[in-house]
Amino acid sequence: MMYRHLSLYRRSWPRLLEMAYWPVLQMCIWGFTASFLAGRAGGTVILAASALLGGVLLWEVSLRSQMGVAISFLEEVWSRNLGHVFVSPLRPWELVASLLGMSAIRMMIGVAPAVLLAWLLYAFNLFAMGPVLLLFFVNLMIMGWAVSLGVVSLILRHGAGAEALAWSVMFGLTPFSAVFYPVAILPAAIRPVALALPSAHVFEGMRAVLAGGPTPWGHLGWAVGLNIVWIGAASLLFARQFHAARVRGALLSMGE
Amino acid sequence: MNVIQASGLTKTYGSTLAVDGIDFTVARGETVGLLGGNGAGKTTTIAMLLGLLVPSAGRIVILGHDIAISRFEALARMNFSSPYVALPHRLTVAENLRVYGHLYNVRHLEARIGELADELDLHSLLDRPAGQLSAGQKTRVALAKSLINHPEVLLLDEPTASLDPDTGDLVRSWLERYQAASGCSILLASHNMAEVERLCSNVLVMKQGRIVDRGSPPDLLDRYSRENLEEVFLDIARNRAAVPA
Repeated sequence: MMYRHLSLYRRSWPRLLEMAYWPVLQMCIWGFTASFLAGRAGGTVILAASALLGGVLLWEVSLRSQMGVAISFLEEVWSRNLGHVFVSPLRPWELVASLLGMSAIRMMIGVAPAVLLAWLLYAFNLFAMGPVLLLFFVNLMIMGWAVSLGVVSLILRHGAGAEALAWSVMFGLTPFSAVFYPVAILPAAIRPVALALPSAHVFEGMRAVLAGGPTPWGHLGWAVGLNIVWIGAASLLFARQFHAARVRGALLSMGE
Repeated sequence: MNVIQASGLTKTYGSTLAVDGIDFTVARGETVGLLGGNGAGKTTTIAMLLGLLVPSAGRIVILGHDIAISRFEALARMNFSSPYVALPHRLTVAENLRVYGHLYNVRHLEARIGELADELDLHSLLDRPAGQLSAGQKTRVALAKSLINHPEVLLLDEPTASLDPDTGDLVRSWLERYQAASGCSILLASHNMAEVERLCSNVLVMKQGRIVDRGSPPDLLDRYSRENLEEVFLDIARNRAAVPA
């Protein structure tokens, strides 16, 4: 299945461009904003500007991972190919594994130019965070996958009518993920929602690292634990909706 | 030996009964036709055999595997073709065949694609995107896809629909040769009575989700005292009973 998608991307430059376009655009907008702020004041503002750039780049990991799965699945829906795929011996978990694999590739292609741009234009080196960056990456990617399995489940349940969620659902989590500000800024009633998201713990940890603090094992532990719950729940939802689609006959008619 | 055994096969959608407790078998090397008007339950039956649709009741055993328990083992040894299910349009024919070759874990895949290209005259199409092919070319490519894994059971849903008579005849001739050479079993759903009469050794006639008659084409012609299956089909569709033997 990954060969199928890679073959598609090989001859479709608009698809490749689409992957990197938004992360690069985001980096330009927020990068200049951060430069402007950092130029007006020093110290704390420079730290805030770094947190802003780190937030933009790391949040793109979640966004691109989520979209990578959902759009790869939608490619099958749009090409009306699901009927052939699901009568092959491909098991549902193998399909999911291929979607996750494609998501990881799409995420790398999307985020790498933005990371490079941040370094070239704003002298912001994401890798300066050290090896803990890898843990941030993995946790945000897994959270993106969990959300995307939920989106794919909705597409299985509601057909192509739910495809707009592939682009929009993750943006709805941005305010609760405390990407650009600490969780403590949020109203007390919303904080538990934020703390139930693995991403909020990752960004709290990222800010701690950028401020020169030690590795935030507490936040990382929460992120890992919540990701296990999220991905487990999303997998169950996917399995349930896949079976329901087989009961309703939706796999043949999907795309209409 | 039966390669397909369906017993009490039923599918309901809410209060709608799409397939109503049908029983049938397909023997190894046999070509069985599934006849019926629109909405008779042919496609629903095929979708249940392929595991795309979960039956409301009944049991399906294909190549010794109960589809409710171990459908993937059966699916690896069967295949399917329908003009209503597309292949990715932007991939070339060769890429499409490679994708499905990998999905079916076909050994020596490039050699197999070469064989199919020889047999179905696909060499000039291999590097063309599937979306740029004519209906006849798409049918040949869909057939190649359905044969990529040397299937022991082939399910064909109206394989010559929308083809001109010449291309339709070429496909039917090719299916005859392939079936004779490979000994695979074919279940063929079709609206083309001449096609069913030509290819099938047994026919199941469906109406409103039930199998209302069955037999070899000569048996059915004899029983309804008709010259061709189209007349038999019309007799059944319009509730004209068979002439008692």
